[in-house]
Amino acid sequence: MSTIADPQALTTTGSPTAPKSPLVRVHVPQRSVWSELRAIKIVWRRELIRFRADKLRIVTALVQPLLFLFVLGAGLQSLARAGTHGVALKTFIYPGILCISVMFTAMFSAASIVWDREFGFLREMMVAPVRRSSIVIGKCLGGATVACFQGLVIIALAGLVKVPYTPLLILGIFALQLLLAFAITAFGVMIAVRIKQMQSFMGVMQMIVMPMFFISGALFPVAGLPAWLTVLNRLDPLTYAVDPMRRLVFASLTISPAARHALDSGVTWWGWRVPGLLEAGVILALGLVMLSIAIWEFSAIE
Amino acid sequence: MSASHTNGNVAAAITVNDLVKTYGEVEAVRGVNFEVATGEVFGFLGPNGAGKTTTINMLCTLAKPSSGSATVAGHDVVRERDDVRRNIGLVFQDPTLDGYLTAQQNLKLHAELYGVQSSLVARRMQEVMEMVGLWERKDSPVATFSGGMRRRLEIARGLMHSPRVLFLDEPTIGLDPQTRRSIWTYIGELKEREEITIFMTTHYMDEAEWCDRIAIMDHGQIVALDAPETLKAQIGRDRVTIHTDDDQATIAALREKFEIEAVIAEGAVTFGVPGGEQFVPRLFAELGVPIRGVSVSRPTLDDVFMSYTGSTIRDAEEDQSKLKNRVMAQMMTGGRQR
Repeated sequence: MSTIADPQALTTTGSPTAPKSPLVRVHVPQRSVWSELRAIKIVWRRELIRFRADKLRIVTALVQPLLFLFVLGAGLQSLARAGTHGVALKTFIYPGILCISVMFTAMFSAASIVWDREFGFLREMMVAPVRRSSIVIGKCLGGATVACFQGLVIIALAGLVKVPYTPLLILGIFALQLLLAFAITAFGVMIAVRIKQMQSFMGVMQMIVMPMFFISGALFPVAGLPAWLTVLNRLDPLTYAVDPMRRLVFASLTISPAARHALDSGVTWWGWRVPGLLEAGVILALGLVMLSIAIWEFSAIE
Repeated sequence: MSASHTNGNVAAAITVNDLVKTYGEVEAVRGVNFEVATGEVFGFLGPNGAGKTTTINMLCTLAKPSSGSATVAGHDVVRERDDVRRNIGLVFQDPTLDGYLTAQQNLKLHAELYGVQSSLVARRMQEVMEMVGLWERKDSPVATFSGGMRRRLEIARGLMHSPRVLFLDEPTIGLDPQTRRSIWTYIGELKEREEITIFMTTHYMDEAEWCDRIAIMDHGQIVALDAPETLKAQIGRDRVTIHTDDDQATIAALREKFEIEAVIAEGAVTFGVPGGEQFVPRLFAELGVPIRGVSVSRPTLDDVFMSYTGSTIRDAEEDQSKLKNRVMAQMMTGGRQR
């Protein structure tokens, strides 16, 4: 913010351009379900406008998944060849990368709450005649939508890692991404409400997101892990997003049964293979719990 | 004190009864009472930390009173929070614009958030933006605006939904004198063109002169409340400054003939006296020391503030910041410092 003297102030003071007639009066209606839905839409749309205005963010958010997918995927290929039964490593980690790209984008969307607080815009929304819950829901839906845009780019890359483009697969991936993005944004908002500075938020995010990502099995099969890692893996919420995503992708691949068994053995609870729908249900349930906490926290702010 | 000003046939825009706000041990607002009539420009004066912003936050439904009650635009600030919010516009001390969005997008977003009927949004937006002289910049991102432009845009945005009461918390703080003046021009124009009550805080004494009435706040309480002119008249003394050939003789003569204690300030003999203008002819006739020049000045609001609080507003602020520094220092050293 510069302190340069404002030339506008000089030219407009006392200039007779504006007629001295009364201003047009508008009316603010009573609060209703309709006004809450409108508020959700507005907050949601603002996230999209901001995302579109920030072209750099769209590009930078792609760097990390591309690095994992192509650099790590190609680089570790020779090491992994023995264990993947002829499946390219980048194909194997593709579902995991779909998840983490969405995850990082969703976290950044949630971070905008901290920005909004730092730059004061949060207050503008807090004093509007709408429920705080509408603001939080709009924010989470906005974050989810933005993250899904980002996810679409990764979906578009499927051909490069030898995953076929079938409508059912794309639809399934998209739906899972939407769900994950919503849950992660809710999680991010829940944390962001408590944090007043961007640096701290980024620190907390690093501390939470990186372990979640590594433990989730985005980069390795989750069967036959050491016991301690198995326990951590089953506790990591991201596991339940990566696994159904991997099932979807592997279902559309034509590979040997040995490869399928080695790479897509899936998440088990005490030997029981957890169904994909239940896994999606876990994500949804967690998302809703975190959304409720976020709303509750947000409403308590003075 | 305020009762004499509550005009029976004009509904009050704001009423405040025994409002208290405590944060833990600290009493930020210690029982304030006042009424603001519809159409009034009401100023809240006091040094930083006097409780002005806390009071405004309670009136704007951003903070819950610890006790007492208040109504704004006829609605209770606790029980009818949403009705209050529909009827007030706010301009905060800190900027609350979205720098990513253009000026127009900021205003549109606000109008939609408040549910303003879309058929009128475009017209209202043009009018308020023209009023603050920003219509030509409507498509520029707010991030490119100077501090003064942002403040003006915030005022325009606060007006988008035709609020009945506009709250301005330090609307001119940190702005250059020229921009400060232009903001007052807009406020004057606004009063002319719309039926609106303006409630503002400031610690610039010269700005308080623009208000219809002012309340002086100190240490969480209102110490004086009236029209600026009345408050100044209550001081009862004008400041007379005379230039003479012999200052010491003048001071002696003043003491002897008028029983006035005068001092030499900035190279001239200065003293306070009731009805300064009527006093000057007597001075010339009876003083007996040749006078080369004389000036009489009315008391300023600074004098008013001083007479009620015993310190100038600037000194009061320095005390506050000294206290803050001491508290900070204690926190840093774990309280070992004296």
